[in-house]
Amino acid sequence: MSTRLAKQGRLIDRSKQITFKFNGTTMRGFEGDTLASALMANDQMMMGRSFKYHRPRGVVASGAEEPNALVGLGEGARFEPNQRATTTELFEGLTSISQNHWPNLEFDVGAVNTALARFLPAGFYYKMFIHPQPFWKHVYEPIIRHSAGLGKAPDKETKDADTYEHFYAFADVLVVGGGVAGLQAAKAAAQSGAKVLLVEQTSHWGGRAPVDGGTIDGLAPDAWVEQTLTELKATDNVTIRTRTMGSGVYDHGYALAYERLTDHTPGAPGPRHRLWRIRAKQIVTATGAIERPLSFAGNDVPGVMLASAMRDYVVNWGVTPGQRVIVATNNDDAYRTAISLKKAGVDVLRVIDARTSGGGALADEARSLGIRVDPGKAIAKVKGGKRVKKVAICNQDGIGGAREEVACDAIAMSGGWSPVVHLWSHCGGKLIWDDALAHFRPDPARPPLGADGNGFVVPAGAANGPVSLGDVLADAQTAGEAAANAAGFTPKTADAPKGVSELELPLEPVWLMPANADMPLRMKAWLDFQNDVKVSDVQLAAREGYESVEHTKRYTTLGMATDQGKLSNINGLATLANALGEDIPQVGTTTFRPPYTPISMGSIGGEARGEVFQPIRKTPVHEWNDANGADWEPVGHWRRPYAYVRPGEGVHDAVNREVKNARENLGLLDASTLGKIIVKGPDAGKFLDMMYTNMMSNLKPGKCRYGLMCSENGFLIDDGVVARMDDDTWLCHTTTGGAERIHGHMEEWMQTEWWDWNVYVANVTEQYAQIAVVGPNARKVLEKLGGMDVSDAAIPFMGWADGKIGDFDCRMFRISFSGELSCEIAVPASQGLAFWEALIEAGKEFGVMPYGTEALHILRAEKGFIMIGDETDGTIIPQDLGLNWAISKKKEDFLGKRAQQRSHMTDRNRWKLVGLETVDGSVLPDGAYAAGEGVNANGQRNVIGRVTSTYYSANLDRGIAMGLVLHGPDRMGEVIEFPGTDGKIYKAKIVDPVFYDKEGKKQNV
Amino acid sequence: MSDPVSAPVSAMNHASYVGIARVEETGLQGMITLRGDLSSATLGKAIKAATGQGVPDVRRVAVDGDSGACWMSPDELLLLVPYAEVEAKLAALNETLKGEHALAVNVSDARAVFRVSNGPAREVMAKLAPVDLSPGAFEPGEIRRTRLAQVAGAIWMEEDGAFRVICFRSVADYVFKLLSVAAQPGSEVGVF
Repeated sequence: MSTRLAKQGRLIDRSKQITFKFNGTTMRGFEGDTLASALMANDQMMMGRSFKYHRPRGVVASGAEEPNALVGLGEGARFEPNQRATTTELFEGLTSISQNHWPNLEFDVGAVNTALARFLPAGFYYKMFIHPQPFWKHVYEPIIRHSAGLGKAPDKETKDADTYEHFYAFADVLVVGGGVAGLQAAKAAAQSGAKVLLVEQTSHWGGRAPVDGGTIDGLAPDAWVEQTLTELKATDNVTIRTRTMGSGVYDHGYALAYERLTDHTPGAPGPRHRLWRIRAKQIVTATGAIERPLSFAGNDVPGVMLASAMRDYVVNWGVTPGQRVIVATNNDDAYRTAISLKKAGVDVLRVIDARTSGGGALADEARSLGIRVDPGKAIAKVKGGKRVKKVAICNQDGIGGAREEVACDAIAMSGGWSPVVHLWSHCGGKLIWDDALAHFRPDPARPPLGADGNGFVVPAGAANGPVSLGDVLADAQTAGEAAANAAGFTPKTADAPKGVSELELPLEPVWLMPANADMPLRMKAWLDFQNDVKVSDVQLAAREGYESVEHTKRYTTLGMATDQGKLSNINGLATLANALGEDIPQVGTTTFRPPYTPISMGSIGGEARGEVFQPIRKTPVHEWNDANGADWEPVGHWRRPYAYVRPGEGVHDAVNREVKNARENLGLLDASTLGKIIVKGPDAGKFLDMMYTNMMSNLKPGKCRYGLMCSENGFLIDDGVVARMDDDTWLCHTTTGGAERIHGHMEEWMQTEWWDWNVYVANVTEQYAQIAVVGPNARKVLEKLGGMDVSDAAIPFMGWADGKIGDFDCRMFRISFSGELSCEIAVPASQGLAFWEALIEAGKEFGVMPYGTEALHILRAEKGFIMIGDETDGTIIPQDLGLNWAISKKKEDFLGKRAQQRSHMTDRNRWKLVGLETVDGSVLPDGAYAAGEGVNANGQRNVIGRVTSTYYSANLDRGIAMGLVLHGPDRMGEVIEFPGTDGKIYKAKIVDPVFYDKEGKKQNV
Repeated sequence: MSDPVSAPVSAMNHASYVGIARVEETGLQGMITLRGDLSSATLGKAIKAATGQGVPDVRRVAVDGDSGACWMSPDELLLLVPYAEVEAKLAALNETLKGEHALAVNVSDARAVFRVSNGPAREVMAKLAPVDLSPGAFEPGEIRRTRLAQVAGAIWMEEDGAFRVICFRSVADYVFKLLSVAAQPGSEVGVF
């Protein structure tokens, strides 16, 4: 059984007991425990079931690399699936549930898959479910969906209770990893005066060194860590953070670090996670190394654990995973586990060392403690289901016969160490294979390159390959100095602290145990614990022709689980290399991608949730609109009222009321969102003549002109009314969505093509609240408020003037997008609401009603006015819309002129704008296509046009529409057919697009 | 007598919030966007007359109370003047600049202005703007045109360490809430 030891546990405080729950059972742990160590202390070795076969799984590691011990953490609004028990700090009231089982952890129906394992090899899903096709949707997918996935998604009705934030940080040197290498590298870099940021993913400093022992400058590692930390804290140019994982390295020295602020104190004030967005000149990756499992049959049975993890549990948390332990290894380091366990009073039955030569000094020490060492031996098979019961031992050099069985309840395994090269690799750092240590390490000649072509990541310590304490510290000193130097600082050359640890003999690569294990053993030898990939699966993939490691990964799902193969990748590719008869470096690794371990979606979103999820642009009249029934429509980031809905009224009733009222009485439109761009300078007229298709330079001050803007490819991109202010100043109105875009468009042409023209442009869109006063009573309400002369004689149609309406300084434009008598009046935004309210109040006797964007659309459609985004879609030229009158023939050039002369643009078969009137008065479906004769090359019905705008017109009491139709203007009166998606065929007559007041009398009074 | 109905109101009408720092909308501020040749003596004279300040260096501000000049780009300044005087200042500016190629427009109402003060104001801003705001890297008199989470903004630091924040009027509500969220209790970063 796993249990708490009487002594040991450098990270726990036995005076502070903590109560928590696992699968509903109340358990106890200590402050400083992880959930994994606390569960083991409560003899809960089995923590979940595997993904594919639902096999019982226990914790195998002690840190971020853990593949098995994933739990659902928290409840309700704080529930989160797939949390690693090994990195979850225990807190009072913690609630956790195991995953991937039904009906419960102990008894699981899905475990039947394991009995069927020989029928579920790699690629099974690909092969099985590809035929017959209809089965996919109705049979396979529902079944797979039910059994797939690890943890449960949070309930869709709950909302994350926590907040998150970003933080922008800048450093000369970012050091990732707070083990002894990271501490020393940070110190070495900081001594140059460089600004250093040091981040450590766990809550404590020093990494493995305090567990693994040895001395640093004559001090125990713990004492040296304490001393170095004190020094770093006292250094002004150093910032240190625990619980902060360097999660990714990106181009140009950009890095992300993920700080977990309140995961261990849920509900505490402040954000839960903070994502550090770091710009660093140099990044030191002191990310350590991860121990590799050994591939033997039954290496996934709960109780089999990495040797390093087992001694972590003993030394750090005072927990032993078993009472009678066997250690299996191919290297000297695992003897440290045997020694630690023995010293803690745990029975170590024997060390099975695959090397015939046995171990070195550490092995001698183990023997002197009375531990039996069996060189040249291997584990043939582990027996036990939910817990290790016994182990069959054989010769490493063989197929697994002649076994000796030994009863035990835990196994520590070590297949050597792999440097954590993830952050080095994220941005293109390359690896080399180290034969002596049987691992990939960073290739110093091929680092990830920054904008200047020089490397910007420096690996340090075990992450760079060194293994012994002395080598690790020396490497860290060099790395810290190199990083400072590359960041432009002069490092103080100092001797690295002297690390002393036992001399270790070389390991012997062991990719399968025993070396020639037979098929039944290989089918139980796990590579990827989380995704249930075995040695036999990778070998099968190789036999089936998957030579690329990337293909094998996807075929077998090796390394594709939430742990991203931290334990399995090297063993998997070594297995593949052996199966292909190639060398490991020839096979290579899969791609390392950020984040190092999963980070929360909340941290990625940062502050962007709830009210600040997205900026909503508000006009000065926004709050009034909101209080007066606005049914909001998003227009870019703006919100505009679609209609002002009165109590008891439907939205479309409101639209119809507004449309009629604007034509019969008085309508008000909040047009503040329309773009307003000032263009000024001696060359402004020339500039605008290039920007617009029609002439703007000859517009008289005091006058307005409607203009079209095209891209250099000839396509219509915006339209609006231009007013000339004075000799060298124009005011250009754009569409709502066009304000920023057209401002940028103008600046781009100014800065890149016509930089020698004397023109300045300023976007003054938000300076003004602009209100359209529309309808037969428009002039009456303005006259009532008093002020400037608003008569037709004073300000005729398409004229403008500065003046006063009531107390308000304003600029009035006689322009109309509705076809009615209309004045658009601009007042300073800070007086916008007051002006609007004054109009509403004064307009009461004239039947005033505000109207929304839908009424605006209907009013313009009744008049046959086009709308950018409805009649245009980026492929439409003004000629398609019958706007030839607005294209100057006199001008030598304008943007789009040349393009509009191309053969495809002048093709008479381009669809042209017409009005469409349904034969029965109904409303055409939006976007519907008109069907033509015959079929095209694909056997589809030919189409001869499409609907671009379609509405019910309350004024005309019928459906009206505009559309683009082949030879449309030549086919007036012809009836064409629009099949709807509702199965009906809509018949519509081609008519003039102007449905209302064809002579344009009403706007010009 | 109460204000006339036409009295101007700033976007957030002096809203404020206190968390780890104080966030307040500072009300109406006269602002003039001035584009022109920043090396022109005439332009320099016009700015001096309007604001009492000289032409600021790149990424610098020269502000005293509600008057000053902020560098915006190689050919653009933002002039600060008292709100009530903006039209008169603009007229004077245009008069002085007659004959120069320049553009001066009133943008007072197109903007909102906030002040973030007390406590870790630097940290509050560094949560929203991708700017190195550490002491030494950013000090009073510096300005950055930058991004505040998802919208454009400009920030500068005053002598007492408080930040002035300018954004577009339409997103004043968003920016006020953004600053408040960034200043929420318990969210000190503790690095500056």
